[in-house]
Amino acid sequence: MRRVSLSFGTRRVLHGTSLTLKAGECVALLGTNGSGKTTLLRVAAGLLQPDTGRVLVAGTPARAGRADVGIAFQDSRLLGWRSAGRNVALPLEVAHGLTTSVRAAAANALRRVNGLGLENRAPAELSGGERQRVALARALVRDPALLLLDEPFAAVDAPTRNQFCAELPELIGGAAALLVTHDVAEALLVSDRVLLLTATGEIGREWKGLRSLPANQRRSSLLAPGGLSQQAELLAALSGVVHA
Amino acid sequence: MRSLQPLQPALIGLLFLGVWEISVRLSGVAAFIVPPPSLVAARFAQAWGDGTMLRHLLPTVMEVTAGGLIGGALGLVIGIGLGLSSAARRLASPYLVAAQSTPILALGPLLVLWFGPGTTAKTLICALITLFPMVIATLVAVRDADRGLLELGRSIGASRIQSLLFIRLPSARSGIFAGARVAATLAVVGAIVGEWLGGSAGLGILVNLARGSLFDTPLLFAALVQIALVGAFAYFLVVFAERLSTRLQK
Repeated sequence: MRRVSLSFGTRRVLHGTSLTLKAGECVALLGTNGSGKTTLLRVAAGLLQPDTGRVLVAGTPARAGRADVGIAFQDSRLLGWRSAGRNVALPLEVAHGLTTSVRAAAANALRRVNGLGLENRAPAELSGGERQRVALARALVRDPALLLLDEPFAAVDAPTRNQFCAELPELIGGAAALLVTHDVAEALLVSDRVLLLTATGEIGREWKGLRSLPANQRRSSLLAPGGLSQQAELLAALSGVVHA
Repeated sequence: MRSLQPLQPALIGLLFLGVWEISVRLSGVAAFIVPPPSLVAARFAQAWGDGTMLRHLLPTVMEVTAGGLIGGALGLVIGIGLGLSSAARRLASPYLVAAQSTPILALGPLLVLWFGPGTTAKTLICALITLFPMVIATLVAVRDADRGLLELGRSIGASRIQSLLFIRLPSARSGIFAGARVAATLAVVGAIVGEWLGGSAGLGILVNLARGSLFDTPLLFAALVQIALVGAFAYFLVVFAERLSTRLQK
């Protein structure tokens, strides 16, 4: 993403924003409500066209509907009239129809996100956490090279969020991932790098995330003195954004 | 008491009929003005026994079925088109409302003039009266599909047709069926109105015959009961279709 600017009417949301993701790395974009995190994600997904600047995914211009991009929204956006399995299958179904291999891929994606047993259940029967699990499986079902996660755990309770934070670094696998969030601990636990989106829609400072650590050490590292001071620093920076 | 709940509507109906029966008998109102329900029931059974009811029922059912299906299908297609295109909505809406504001009773004689007093004009009246609720219900439901789900469709590369088939229409299903429920009962109204304009058989004709040349008020009531039964059957057929579509969609 190079020098991307975008305004809604007179309100400037992104202002010369530049961001590069390497293959396989997970970047958390931290910002307060209204800082333009979701807008940036939608620009990366090709769902919004920037006023200026350009966005490339694997060397080609971003556009909506690319098979190598998966997106999980803040609200799970499950189709209530389809079973969880058929929701997961949807991205493949629009390209190939509902074949046996598509069903198998959907079942695999659900297994990958620890959603075993959810396949035949209706979205209305699922808990908030299970719904997000299904939405994540849908984002992963095409094995995307770029995974875009728009505060996917914002609507789930704290224990479920903790569980997701523990599982997500491995679930992402080899994809490049961009996670937007306003949760400092979540950003640190899940990502390789944490970036701060300023109130003027620019990328600010950068912190190192804990994803590279073994899974069983991340939370303890977050709660160690170094991790706590990093959290405090990030919170202060985030507050600075709020007060700016 | 909970186990009696399904019977409550029937109990209310029986109570109503009981009050009606007793009131008529006690007041001494002549049967040719308000017949007691027992007399209506006996006339209803007799009309079925001698084939009168069936002879008049079949044409009405045919008109309701054909007209309802034509109007429903056309309404669905037009509603989808208008729901998808704001330009088409802008162009068509005034004419659609104007067409609906024209009473079908006023349009009926014209249709009979063009197509004769046979089945065609009556079927067309049924189709026209069914069209508007279907168009409006479909238009609103398709137009107001969840923006988030439509964005999801774009993000996974769904074409416009796929977005319509996978997202807009399934999410519009309950709205469309709400329109179909209204349309189903209106189709019966359309058939009766059409039959009043002329013809030789149909429940509307039977009502006119019972009121006029036969002067058989119990038969008139029996015909009204039969019309209500046709309307209820059409309504519950739509409810059944809705349940079936819900099951198939999963």
